[in-house]
Amino acid sequence: MSLLEVRNISKSFGKVDVLKDVSFTLEKGEVLSVIGSSGGGKTTLLRCLNFLEFAEKGQIIVNGEVLYDGVAVNDKKLRENRLHFGLVFQNFNLFPQYNVLKNITLAPKLLKKGTDEEIEADARRLIERVGLSDKIENYPCELSGGQQQRVAIARALALNPDILCFDEPTSALDPELTGEVLKVIKGLKNGDSTMIVVTHEMGFAKEVSDKIIFMADGIIEEMGTPDEIFNHPKSEKTKAFFSKSLENL
Amino acid sequence: MSDFLEQLPIVFDALNEGFLQTLKLFVITLLGALPLGLILSFGSMSKFKPLSGLIKTVVWIVRGSPLMIQLLIIYYFPGIVFDNNIWGSGLDGRFVASAVAFIINYACYFSEIYRGGIQGVPVGQQEAGKVLGLSKTQIFFKVTLLQMVKRIVPPMSNEIITLVKDTSLARIIAMQELIWAGEAFLTGSRGISGQIWPLFFTAIYYLVFNGVLTILFGKIEKKLSYFKV
Ligand SMILES: Nc1ncnc2c1ncn2[C@@H]1O[C@H](COP(=O)(O)OP(=O)(O)O)[C@@H](O)[C@H]1O
Ligand SMILES: [Mg+2]
Repeated sequence: MSLLEVRNISKSFGKVDVLKDVSFTLEKGEVLSVIGSSGGGKTTLLRCLNFLEFAEKGQIIVNGEVLYDGVAVNDKKLRENRLHFGLVFQNFNLFPQYNVLKNITLAPKLLKKGTDEEIEADARRLIERVGLSDKIENYPCELSGGQQQRVAIARALALNPDILCFDEPTSALDPELTGEVLKVIKGLKNGDSTMIVVTHEMGFAKEVSDKIIFMADGIIEEMGTPDEIFNHPKSEKTKAFFSKSLENL
Repeated sequence: MSDFLEQLPIVFDALNEGFLQTLKLFVITLLGALPLGLILSFGSMSKFKPLSGLIKTVVWIVRGSPLMIQLLIIYYFPGIVFDNNIWGSGLDGRFVASAVAFIINYACYFSEIYRGGIQGVPVGQQEAGKVLGLSKTQIFFKVTLLQMVKRIVPPMSNEIITLVKDTSLARIIAMQELIWAGEAFLTGSRGISGQIWPLFFTAIYYLVFNGVLTILFGKIEKKLSYFKV
């Protein structure tokens, strides 16, 4: 049984069909990268998985449990569902009024995931893992973009999601800061996290992924191993995308 | 000179009485307009279009016309048009009419400030709370509220300092506030007439009062300066 099974997800905004019958599976410990030109529906896919948007139809199944079946669920169930997934946003969305430690402990404490001591000890371990032990008392406005994004990753990890999603985690960063964030994400792979990463960093995707999805116009145009997608793309759209990305390099 | 020294305590007595009325109007306006403004701001953000449309129109009219006219209309309209002066002719009636006009007027200004503060918090903050499994209540109190407060304090303090000075407009319906008390010594009051200096003294009251408020708001802003929104 796959850890995550997404079946025939469709989502439209008004008349625009943004996701059309999207299906894929993900095994525990796997890293899936989602690539494709902007407007292809990548963000919407992650938002549907995190229940910030609701697909009109389709199923989202985690560990065999059907979390979502195209119909609205009550508030309590919705919050439980969300905890299966974590999301790291393109622009971090740290809570500006809390320091690094509190950004990470806020949700676990409110959700009573343990005693305050346990939660804080956990948070300190996570902060160390993302290499920010010396910034634990700092506020987001005192951190660089790369540091903020690393805090955001630690914040998402603190709730132990089954699947951690990243929406272009380095797109808002200056080029010299992308490396530190990508390194942290690579480190998580060795830590056995299951991840879905929407990214434009092709080298990173190639290196870290077990599976690649190329999305275009709301459909999965092509899916396969990094070798299949990067070295032997079958779809014309995929090929066109790569030649265009190369031009932009 | 000895005249002046004799007159001084008399003038101060009168100005203090006037200032008390000013202060009363100021406090009551805040007590009424701060919560009413919040209600109006929720109304103006309502998804129910007739409600938000109505409130936006009222806010537009109230903010777009002089408070002095609103005072005159609220005070005289019931008596002249319906032949029923609900305010009575006494001082209390003038005060209540002033308070009503001020509360409505300032609630409209405050509602826009609240709206800006609420809508100014990026939607990503709520979404970050949601994906962390927080409830709507938790998100409001633990994530967005303080960010709203921080956004609201500077425009709110401007508006409140304007209110201090605006209270003097109540003089137009002969509410006996600070300016009225000072001005009385021009025409004659308590045995003093033809004196302009009491009027200058009234300005000092406003300056000191606003000075205190400025320091207070500065303290609050400083307290919230440890983070950026
Ligand atoms: N909230 C929304 N309302 C209307 N249209 C939207 C909304 N979100 C996304 N879209 C549209 O859906 C399409 C896919 O967007 P998105 O998922 O952000 O793509 P990507 O992340 O691949 O760039 C775009 O055409 C975008 O304009
Ligand atoms: Mg996107």
